Amino acid sequence: MADAPTIEELAEAMYKMVKDAAGKKQYKAMDIQKAMKQLYPGTVDKKMCKESIKILINSGRLVYTYFGGSFIELPHTEAAANPDKAE
Amino acid sequence: MADKTKAEGMLAELKKGPYPSFIRDIELAAETNKMAQDLIGLLELSYQEKLCHWKHGGIVGVMGYGGGVIGRYCDVPEEFPNVSHFHTMRVNQPAAWFYKTDALRSICDIWERRGSSIFNMHGSTGDMVFLGTTTPELEPTFDEITKLGFDLGGSGSVLRTPSCCVGPARCEWAMYDTLKVAYEQTMAYQDELHRPYFPYKFKFKFAGCPNDCVASIARSDMSFIGTWRDDIRIDQEKVRWYAKDMNLDISDVVVDRCPTKCMSWNGKELKIDNRNCTRCMHCINVMHLALKPGMDRGCSILLGAKAPILEGAQLSSVLVPFMKMEPPFAEDEVTYEDLPDLIDAIWELWGEEGKNRERVGELIQRIGMGNFLDAIGLDPQPEMVAHPRTNPYVFYDLGGDDDEEEE
Repeated sequence: MADAPTIEELAEAMYKMVKDAAGKKQYKAMDIQKAMKQLYPGTVDKKMCKESIKILINSGRLVYTYFGGSFIELPHTEAAANPDKAE
Repeated sequence: MADKTKAEGMLAELKKGPYPSFIRDIELAAETNKMAQDLIGLLELSYQEKLCHWKHGGIVGVMGYGGGVIGRYCDVPEEFPNVSHFHTMRVNQPAAWFYKTDALRSICDIWERRGSSIFNMHGSTGDMVFLGTTTPELEPTFDEITKLGFDLGGSGSVLRTPSCCVGPARCEWAMYDTLKVAYEQTMAYQDELHRPYFPYKFKFKFAGCPNDCVASIARSDMSFIGTWRDDIRIDQEKVRWYAKDMNLDISDVVVDRCPTKCMSWNGKELKIDNRNCTRCMHCINVMHLALKPGMDRGCSILLGAKAPILEGAQLSSVLVPFMKMEPPFAEDEVTYEDLPDLIDAIWELWGEEGKNRERVGELIQRIGMGNFLDAIGLDPQPEMVAHPRTNPYVFYDLGGDDDEEEE
């Protein structure tokens, strides 16, 4: 069995996964957890995944979005946001 | 120039009559708030065109939270710039909606400064719903409400804000302390409430008795309905008083309406076959001075209700017939202390097997109740079904050796 990744290493792997899929596919937290379990077989659990996601969200590198369901994505500006009308 | 604080045209129709009118309420807000003024204009446009001009969802929220803010934008910002952004904030209500007036005043003050000044008290899930603000106002509003001791509620694929009935605070029928349990579960699952980790939404509702005033059986994925397992307490003297002095036709109004026909009345004495009573509480509601619930109290846990969003509506069905909610707890019974393990088992299975936007009730339908129970480690029980022998997922273990069966 391979060594378990640290929470930070796991967060980096998650970030890369989301970044590589940006604009092509949206991932839910559970999708990311399943992918990490495949990437690090037998060494990653739900608690570690939650911690890693928390690091990414709290740092602002990734954000939660809602488009029919809740997803984790790179921060971006929405087309519908009417940014110049926000005052 | 038209008076933007007054609703005219089609909206004016909604001010007529003696009924409460949300249009009149918005007009009141519009006297001092520009968002409310443009809201009237936009709503009139939608009614005229029969088109919704809102787009909801998206990326907005407060730092670290994945729920509690629902982004909302209008698609005609040039015409109605003050509702170009009109985000909703859901704020976790106190258990059973008890507020002190100074708390309500403080909340209103915040929202008059930071948003449209319009609330929905309360949303279907139970939260206070702050209707309409802009993206830059989200974090400052969040800061101010947290300083008051409030927090955002749930939205998106999270545990939605748990809610409960008024319980023992004002109701004699509360079989357990719904306020305490709702508070404890809200605090226990803060992470699940604020950080989306589920395939879709999940709701808890806590009802103190089978009257189910919060309609938990229809409106929550996991309902906790107060019940009892000993006998209904009968005061025969009072029963006769209902019949004689109150002129109550007990046979017609009580006995014949018992869903399991477990009661009989001979004009002098009311008898109840408690083994066949489903604790619906109809008889108790009708003759509440003569009949009382038993004293061995707890709750039934039901699972799987949902409103018709993606698929049809479902009522929840019994998962745990009786859970003791308050100590002393016996070793061989299901108790409140077992609840975290049960919830974790359900969420674990749903997280692994649930499809995107699939509620837990839909998962049960898809994989079958037998497989679901097997996966979460619960044994099927007769109370789970209305007609055990007609349900294909109830299997009887007739004993015998496993090896013999294999042969």
